[in-house]
Amino acid sequence: MDTFAALAHGMAVAVQPMNLLYALIGVFLGTAVGVLPGIGPALTVALLLPVTYKLDPGGSLIMFAGIYYGGMYGGSTTAILINTPGESASMATALEGNKMAKAGRGGPALATSAIGSFVAGTIATIGLAFLAPWLVDFAVRFGPEDYFALMCVAFVTVSATFGDSPIRGLTSLFIGLALGLVGIDKLTGQARLAFGIPELLDGVEVTTLAVGLFAVGEALYVASRRHHTEEKLEPVRGSLWMTKEDWRRSWKPWLRGTLFGFPIGALPAGGAEIPTFLSYSTERRLTKHPEEFGKGAIEGVAGPEAANNASAAGTLVPLLTLGLPTSATAAMMLAGFQQYGLNPGPLLFAERPDLVWGLIASLFIANGMLLVLNLPLVGLWVRLLAIPQPWLYAGILVFATMGTIAAKPSVVELSMLAAFGVMGFLMRRFDFPIAPVVIGLILGPIAESQLRRALAISLGDPMVLLQSPMSATLLGIALIALLAPFVLKGLGRFKANED
Amino acid sequence: MSSEGAPGDRPAEPARHVDRAGLVIAAGLAALAAVLVWDASKLPATNMYGMGPEAMPVVIAVGLVLLAIGNLFDALRGKLPPRESMDAKPVWLILIGLALLIGIIGFGGGFILATSALFVTTSAAFGRRAVFADTAIALVMTTLIYLAFDKLLTLSLPAGPLERLL
Repeated sequence: MDTFAALAHGMAVAVQPMNLLYALIGVFLGTAVGVLPGIGPALTVALLLPVTYKLDPGGSLIMFAGIYYGGMYGGSTTAILINTPGESASMATALEGNKMAKAGRGGPALATSAIGSFVAGTIATIGLAFLAPWLVDFAVRFGPEDYFALMCVAFVTVSATFGDSPIRGLTSLFIGLALGLVGIDKLTGQARLAFGIPELLDGVEVTTLAVGLFAVGEALYVASRRHHTEEKLEPVRGSLWMTKEDWRRSWKPWLRGTLFGFPIGALPAGGAEIPTFLSYSTERRLTKHPEEFGKGAIEGVAGPEAANNASAAGTLVPLLTLGLPTSATAAMMLAGFQQYGLNPGPLLFAERPDLVWGLIASLFIANGMLLVLNLPLVGLWVRLLAIPQPWLYAGILVFATMGTIAAKPSVVELSMLAAFGVMGFLMRRFDFPIAPVVIGLILGPIAESQLRRALAISLGDPMVLLQSPMSATLLGIALIALLAPFVLKGLGRFKANED
Repeated sequence: MSSEGAPGDRPAEPARHVDRAGLVIAAGLAALAAVLVWDASKLPATNMYGMGPEAMPVVIAVGLVLLAIGNLFDALRGKLPPRESMDAKPVWLILIGLALLIGIIGFGGGFILATSALFVTTSAAFGRRAVFADTAIALVMTTLIYLAFDKLLTLSLPAGPLERLL
């Protein structure tokens, strides 16, 4: 289908009053939750998934789009005003943004990050709209063995290639894969790892795992080291508006950040950390004001923020066209699709174009709403940041358990939530990355069924994996990506954890 | 956690000796692998082409054993990343709160009491000492949440004695 016609059709879906309302609610909730310290976009989506149970799929996906972008805007506000990046992708923003806020230039820092995110988000969403149909045409020819190989690439790149330690990253991934085995095997109907507990037959819920690891784990971790740090909220002083000089210094970093963010996000390598740090170091090299870097340079906020948003839109390319999540946030979006029995991929573009293109169109709308909402409401978000820590974390835990209680009020499910919380705490303490667990859980069963389907078609001949040129190439890439961190030191600079 | 449970402001130790926590992690991974293999061995054999349901658990178990060995090496060489000192008391307080929540839901105490218990213990874990004020705040807040879910979203949360009064 022609991209313009499809997009116009999607716009017609997205501007229906109810859908606009869903987008607005999503943007608002996403920002409000994302602005809380320690809560990144992945947890924001996980916490708000239960709220959308009762909506129709179209409306709730549009709401997700708003939550996704809103959560990211909220995260950068926190990074600038209290220097606690909720996710490692906001680390570069926190570096310069917090210095700007300390120097009384918090307003322009928030403004350049909001406008930069808008510019990057819009360009990247255009990229998504044009790249997706092309990739879909390509992906319809994929056999199950090609999908399996592609998932192997994603497994390796999210866990081993860019982490601090490939061993710890792979450990996280395999824990996720093991959790993914729990429940009834879809091909033979046999129960695996259920230990006779009926609640386990349905498998481990992705939301329970994510909320346990991210929310409960984070609360336990922050509580355990409360005596180390005192968070300080920087008041927003002076004008919110950017001066002419600020504009002049911001627009090029926005565009360069977008150019880093979108392609890297769209590759199945995942994570917004690499483009944000690339953008930061590029701006540092190109700036005419090198003396300001480290003391609050506006380029150091504009570039990484644009890269962050562009890469978030980029991760939607493999998610929507191939069903391949490459970040914890994308994994939560996939869980949102699965909640309605929808499987993203080439088929979804053919069968439910209204839904996919409505979602893409809503990304434009959500982005615009955020630009309009975020700056005038900055006073409200700052007030949310000022909630005393005891009530903040107590409230987060009540909200986190509420989602599980609403979805499945059973002792088994709540005990799993608590156990995953302890696991998240230990993983933070011993520096294991968390995103690979979530991706292993959600992608593991899909990879297994693709592999078994491929082997069933080939009558059990494993050579089928190497006979398809696509699959052989991808498996080769996965192997190289697995061995690279052991051979080349220094890839670990791009820390690949996200929460 | 067990070997690091001592509270206080001990600075991070220079990690060059055998790391006991790392040994526990390696043992845990090996144990998980054993559970996967044991469970897979109990699945009845299927005679279908390709892989049966018992194949993938074994593959993952092999991966876990290799990773257990990798983690063991890191632990023996003391190569785990440095850890900050931790205060165990607030962690236990939150875990007690979670246990109370599970118990109250399990015995039919209802949403409001269960989440209020979690709120108060978490708040105490983060240093609040005003237990009665927090209890009042928690009861009001969770009652409002219950009403919002029950009346607006029509999602049913578990009801106990308090919820039946509403």
